[in-house]
Amino acid sequence: MATLELRNVNKTYGKGLPDTLKNIELKIDDGEFLILVGPSGCGKSTLMNCIAGLETISGGAILVDDADISGMSPKDRDIAMVFQSYALYPTMSVRDNIAFGLKIRKMSAAAIDEEVARVSKLLQIEHLLSRKPGQLSGGQQQRVAMGRALARRPKIYLFDEPLSNLDAKLRVEMRTEMKLMHQRLKTTTVYVTHDQIEAMTLGDKVAVMKDGIIQQFGTPKQIYNDPANLFVASFIGSPPMNFIPLRLQRRDGRLLALLDSGQARCELPLGMQDAGLEDRDVIVGIRAEQIVLAPAEANGLPVIRAEVQVVEPTGPDTLVFVTLNGIKVCCRMAPDDAPAVGQSLNLQFDPAKVLLFDANTGERLGAMSSPQAQGRADNVAQFKGR
Amino acid sequence: MINAQRFTFSRVAIYATLILAAAVYLVPLVVMLLTSFKTPEDIRTGNLLSWPQVIDGIGWIKAWDTVGGYFWNSVKITVPAVLISTFIGAMNGYVLSMWRFRGSQLFFGLLLFGCFLPFQTVLLPASFTIGKLGLANTTTGLVLVHVVYGLAFTTLFFRNYYVSIPDALVKAARLDGAGFFTIFGRILLPMSVPIVMVCLIWQFTQIWNDFLFGVVFASGDAQPITVALNNLVNTSTGAKEYNVDMAAAMIAGLPTLLVYIFAGKYFLRGLTSGAVKG
Amino acid sequence: MSSVAVFSKASPFDALQRWLPKLVLAPSMLIVLVGFYGYIFWTFLLSFTNSSFMPSYQWVGLQQYARLMANDRWWVASKNLAVFGGMFIVISLVIGVFLAILLDQRIRKEGFIRTIYLYPMALSMIVTGTAWKWLLNPGLGLDKMLRDWGWEGFRFDWLLDQDRVVYCLVIAAVWQASGFVMAMFLAGLRGVDQSIIRAAQVDGASLPTIYLRIVLPSLRPVFFSAFMILAHIAIKSFDLVSAMTAGGPGYSSDLPAMFMYSFTFSRGQMGIGSASAIMMLGAILAILVPYLYSELRNKRHD
Repeated sequence: MATLELRNVNKTYGKGLPDTLKNIELKIDDGEFLILVGPSGCGKSTLMNCIAGLETISGGAILVDDADISGMSPKDRDIAMVFQSYALYPTMSVRDNIAFGLKIRKMSAAAIDEEVARVSKLLQIEHLLSRKPGQLSGGQQQRVAMGRALARRPKIYLFDEPLSNLDAKLRVEMRTEMKLMHQRLKTTTVYVTHDQIEAMTLGDKVAVMKDGIIQQFGTPKQIYNDPANLFVASFIGSPPMNFIPLRLQRRDGRLLALLDSGQARCELPLGMQDAGLEDRDVIVGIRAEQIVLAPAEANGLPVIRAEVQVVEPTGPDTLVFVTLNGIKVCCRMAPDDAPAVGQSLNLQFDPAKVLLFDANTGERLGAMSSPQAQGRADNVAQFKGR
Repeated sequence: MINAQRFTFSRVAIYATLILAAAVYLVPLVVMLLTSFKTPEDIRTGNLLSWPQVIDGIGWIKAWDTVGGYFWNSVKITVPAVLISTFIGAMNGYVLSMWRFRGSQLFFGLLLFGCFLPFQTVLLPASFTIGKLGLANTTTGLVLVHVVYGLAFTTLFFRNYYVSIPDALVKAARLDGAGFFTIFGRILLPMSVPIVMVCLIWQFTQIWNDFLFGVVFASGDAQPITVALNNLVNTSTGAKEYNVDMAAAMIAGLPTLLVYIFAGKYFLRGLTSGAVKG
Repeated sequence: MSSVAVFSKASPFDALQRWLPKLVLAPSMLIVLVGFYGYIFWTFLLSFTNSSFMPSYQWVGLQQYARLMANDRWWVASKNLAVFGGMFIVISLVIGVFLAILLDQRIRKEGFIRTIYLYPMALSMIVTGTAWKWLLNPGLGLDKMLRDWGWEGFRFDWLLDQDRVVYCLVIAAVWQASGFVMAMFLAGLRGVDQSIIRAAQVDGASLPTIYLRIVLPSLRPVFFSAFMILAHIAIKSFDLVSAMTAGGPGYSSDLPAMFMYSFTFSRGQMGIGSASAIMMLGAILAILVPYLYSELRNKRHD
């Protein structure tokens, strides 16, 4: 296994064209599971191809175990990859698919047999070894593709949206299985996905990308609780975070956000006190699960009464939509607490969990609101200091 | 497909029309066969579709004596030219789809035009070149010409086929450590059986049926069977022996006809994919 | 844990690998540049010289083109191409489309019937010409057969008729290519979205209306492709004329391809032959360029 470090990696397809990758800086430790997540076209697949050596980088360096590999051809990088389309060799049996890379590397026949046996046992595909890829189901092809990568025992594994061609049920199963596999094998892994649930569940570290730039790099928890900007906040989390544009006011030294549900108003005091935020267009972000029903007796937190407009039961919880400041806002509730459409509710927010973003730049505003945020701040400092 | 099963009268009319049309398409072939087995005497007294009074093989024997040697010329030209042009086309298609580089798309565009090139515009310079190489009036010269001017189509076939194969396959193989030729030989070629068939059959019919190159670049002993047939049919000396003409035409047409009958699927695919995409 | 030796970067083997695609393509690039474009340019040059039996490089400007324009035989050939090409394309399209639509009606033994319609395409034009020359033989061919069958007054001698010989070429060429048009359209019909047809049926449209108003208009691309191929066959037609009429009687069934061949190779007038070849190239380009233009434009719209 190995560490992987990207130093100021740039990629462009020609002068005049926008950069595909801009100043990518990442470092993961031996055995870590890195997720590259972002919308399509954000450069995550290009970045992965660059790590694999299938595309050359225009600037910067890629280091594996502190050795620069950016000039090497793919075969010498000792990296294995699992593709979205699986890319199994259609004319070869499963056994030959797994053994192909080993044969090319002139491994002895006995050693190859041993390796194929090990991998196929691990992935429970022993009974499929003599079949052709065309005779396998999607999930089985997926396993074979992983087996092909595992058999090589490379320093780094790359996964390019490996689960996106599976149906929903199988995708969840394979996700769990991959997590289990990583916990057992402790392989250094880079995993590209556009699915934010995969990003949250699988990764030790997550890099959220957009337009060729890493928007935020941190643990899943940091990314979820302390998004660096509006994009990260909106991309991670389901249902997506609620965003309410408004102007902040300051009274008695406290920053206030004015909310209006149509039938009631409320002044929400914010946890942060930074100067300069008042009388300024900001976007208030709050996640659906952080809007709760107010308890019967007052607890000191402000309450706002709002009318329920849509109710969406999802099973484990129910999503309730109300209107605040003309924006539809989603609240997540336990099914038993869920009201009916047309009813009015008393809602409460935890001011400490409310996030603020600059309405123009989308950047996060104000001091970090929670203990985790300090971690992120440290992380950013460390990141920038390198 | 529109379901018209209910209208029985129109169903009958449709079948009648289709069968009549089939008969019309078959008439020339039937006439050729019937005539080739008749005696000259029988030809004068009977008509196109009259059954031979006696089935007589003399026409075929005479035809083979006249054009048999040229039949083998055609074999000597067609077999190497088909194999070489298919092989080069496969390599070209592989590079143009999986290993693109700056300028390779431009080259493909330039090559595509070759599918539409009227050969008349290259005949003279090509004949000078063949002459300079000392290959005038040889089957080798014709092999060369057919390889060169067949490249446009063979490359097009393979390029379009390989473009539809996900390039992740090549990426996976590169990560597995396979090089340029290993990827082609071990991974792509085994997948290429259908397009190889299409290309072989297309090139076979094109080259076997060629007349223009044959008549320009080869005369006398080296000429292919189409040229020999044309000479036989268009000689004005002596009495016309139509049975010999028809037998010779059958001999010239049989190889491609047999290929068509046994591999019609690939023949049609070649016609449509080669032509439509061209 | 790695079992693979790591090579130093850019070994000679790697460098070779990087150059291999270009090396493999290089011979073909050379062939295309020289054998296609170089030779076209060479022919183009020759058309401005006074080359006769041997190539000569004495510049005579547009003189060969002027001679070509003044040549009656060239005009006959061009007019024949217009008549032959026009009729051949239209009739082949009509027959091909008609048969394709009929075959699209859940016909039993469809594959077998299709095979019969298409087999002429596998034959050489020389074989086709030979067969039809015999079929249309005045005195022994269809001429005689129909009279034998009781149609006493039937006469068919177009092969010897200066004004009608070109129709004989049309008949033979249509026989050869119409099955191919049928195959193209049948493939196109199979690709038409069935739900559109069902929707039209639900709306109460009759079968002919559905085909004329909905199905065929959606096959525009197939029409264009078929037109391109047929036009291409027509312009290059040389073997059919050679086998069937040899350009005769006289030069009444000449086509430009035949003209080019006989002036260049039989009559030793390379200059005028080259000029006619360039004119043929111009004709192809006149059809090809608008076609490619519309194709590319459509692709950009996709």
